[in-house]
Amino acid sequence: MNRRCHDLLTVLREPARMTDLPLAAWDRLLPQARAAGLLARLAVQAADLGLTLPAAVQPHLTAARTLAERQLEAVRWEARKLDEALAKLDVPVLLLKGAAYVLGGLPPARGRLFADIDILVPKAALGAVEAQLMLHGWHAVHHSDYDQRYYRQWMHELPPMTHLRRQSHLDVHHDLLPETARRRTRPDLVIHAAQRLPGYRCLHLPCLEDLVLHSATHRFHEGEWEHGLRDLSDLDALLRLGLKRPDWWPVLLARARELDLALPLALALRYSRRLLATPAPPELSKDLTPAFPPWPLRDALFLRGFGTAHADCAPPGTRLAAFLLYVRAHWLRMPLYLLLPHLLHKAIRRDDETET
Amino acid sequence: MRLGELAPVEVRRRLRAGLALATGPFVFRIVSPLPAVAANLHRLYTDFPLADGPFADFHVRVDRVAGTRRWFKPQAQFWLGTHRPFQPLPADQAYAMLEWGMNWCVANHAHHYLMLHAAVLERGGRALILPGDPGAGKSTLTAALMLDGWRLLSDELTLMDRDDGLLWGLGRPVSLKNASIAVIQAHAPQAVFGDVARDTHKGTVSHLKPSAESVARLGEPARPAWIVFPRWKAGVAARLTPHPKAAAFLHLASHAFNYSLLGALGFRLTAALMDACLCWDFEYGHLPEALQRFRELAA
Repeated sequence: MNRRCHDLLTVLREPARMTDLPLAAWDRLLPQARAAGLLARLAVQAADLGLTLPAAVQPHLTAARTLAERQLEAVRWEARKLDEALAKLDVPVLLLKGAAYVLGGLPPARGRLFADIDILVPKAALGAVEAQLMLHGWHAVHHSDYDQRYYRQWMHELPPMTHLRRQSHLDVHHDLLPETARRRTRPDLVIHAAQRLPGYRCLHLPCLEDLVLHSATHRFHEGEWEHGLRDLSDLDALLRLGLKRPDWWPVLLARARELDLALPLALALRYSRRLLATPAPPELSKDLTPAFPPWPLRDALFLRGFGTAHADCAPPGTRLAAFLLYVRAHWLRMPLYLLLPHLLHKAIRRDDETET
Repeated sequence: MRLGELAPVEVRRRLRAGLALATGPFVFRIVSPLPAVAANLHRLYTDFPLADGPFADFHVRVDRVAGTRRWFKPQAQFWLGTHRPFQPLPADQAYAMLEWGMNWCVANHAHHYLMLHAAVLERGGRALILPGDPGAGKSTLTAALMLDGWRLLSDELTLMDRDDGLLWGLGRPVSLKNASIAVIQAHAPQAVFGDVARDTHKGTVSHLKPSAESVARLGEPARPAWIVFPRWKAGVAARLTPHPKAAAFLHLASHAFNYSLLGALGFRLTAALMDACLCWDFEYGHLPEALQRFRELAA
């Protein structure tokens, strides 16, 4: 991140400061926020606080809020349809990320935009879940044998699915990290700790600690960083909610160690504190992480990662950092003897539009 | 200050840093190093005011794709900020790409309006909405009506205010395709056109300069009065026949850019539009006769 992004970070930390910004600052802020997927969040916060903003800016916020409201409705409808489709299997279906925030009525749902819905089911039920989803109109997007094998053998999810009529996207996970990942976690514990959502037959909500840990894990294992700041803003909102609970930090830390997700949590806490002023005790990140690589090196990489959404926010070296983060994500995802043939396949078969 | 008051060299200079044009409710800050883009803007946006404020609604750019493509089959690309919504196109379609890109910016972001896919013009304070399937002769009729003294609001995007249902115009050039370019040139030899882009995904395309009055009155919204579904057929006499309102509602809703996105509000606005308008089918074979029929309609 660099100085031209200062205003964006300021208003994410303190939305009321939006009223201080002159029109020239909005001229930079609006495109940055839009590129980062955060315009609707700012719009909702401005409306909640009843802020009076420049007349030229207001329509953009109204438009962004309209889009977010519509997506919120669509997610609720989609969740209802999933519940109907999977209820008779008698397995817990956990909502993850955006859908969990919406159905759980959690703070990051406000003004959040969605690309897809993520669910987590027990691995043993994966086949039955997939069959049931197909009966109800969802079908796999990736058709090549290679892609099918890539997902089914190595990944922590089925090939992404799309609903035939509604065109909505669905990711069905059975783990928090790929089967081939260097770090092994415990999806069974996450499923065990989830609570059934009132009013639904099979949809479940993971506990707050697990939502934080999954969000952090996803962010710091993912190779695409355009929505990095949006994800961090989600985390910030979840962490601030957790603060209202007694013993929040010790409980969260213990859970992170139990699920072997201490490092992603440490990274999440550090950058959320650094960029969004999340009130997390600084020593936590140190306790949770090994000494190598040293923090200045990590900072150089990740702070640039968060700046990739918009050219304005990108200090020198961002392209290199984005490349390294992409390589890092793959390195974490699978061992070299699998990774090299996979990258080679992707380089040669560019036309089949895999997103793997 | 209006764009036409700048010398061509000054337009090119400003386009390197960012030329801010006010097109109705939206300010576009346009960056382009391409001489053809500068020349077409200078020719077609003559009457548009330059925006001198510090804020632009959309920051767009059209430039050449870098690399070996610079010399071998050069290509142009459109940017909104750091985002490229389209695949690159042959470089001689750069200006058309800017026009399409500007439409895309509005259609994908301006959800503070209900956005219908229809041309819209005004006469005597009343607005005429022309939806129409591709090939139905909507653009030709729009261009001819504007040249006959109707005020152009838009040839593509009907913007309806969410609060009062009034229609707002962009006043931007009319996109004409294939045979309709020659039809309008023959009908109105004084009409000013931009460069012709051939072999685009819409065929041959050229843009018609909006009338000075249309641009000067962009600040005035118009009250919807008629919805007319045009259809051109060789040799037929001009004829208005009633179009059922329920069918008109469904057509507009299913062709709108953000009807479903607005939810219940989209329904209410479209219903109010139906209440405010007379709906007609319009068949025509000759432009002069068609124009006469619309003069009678507005009388």
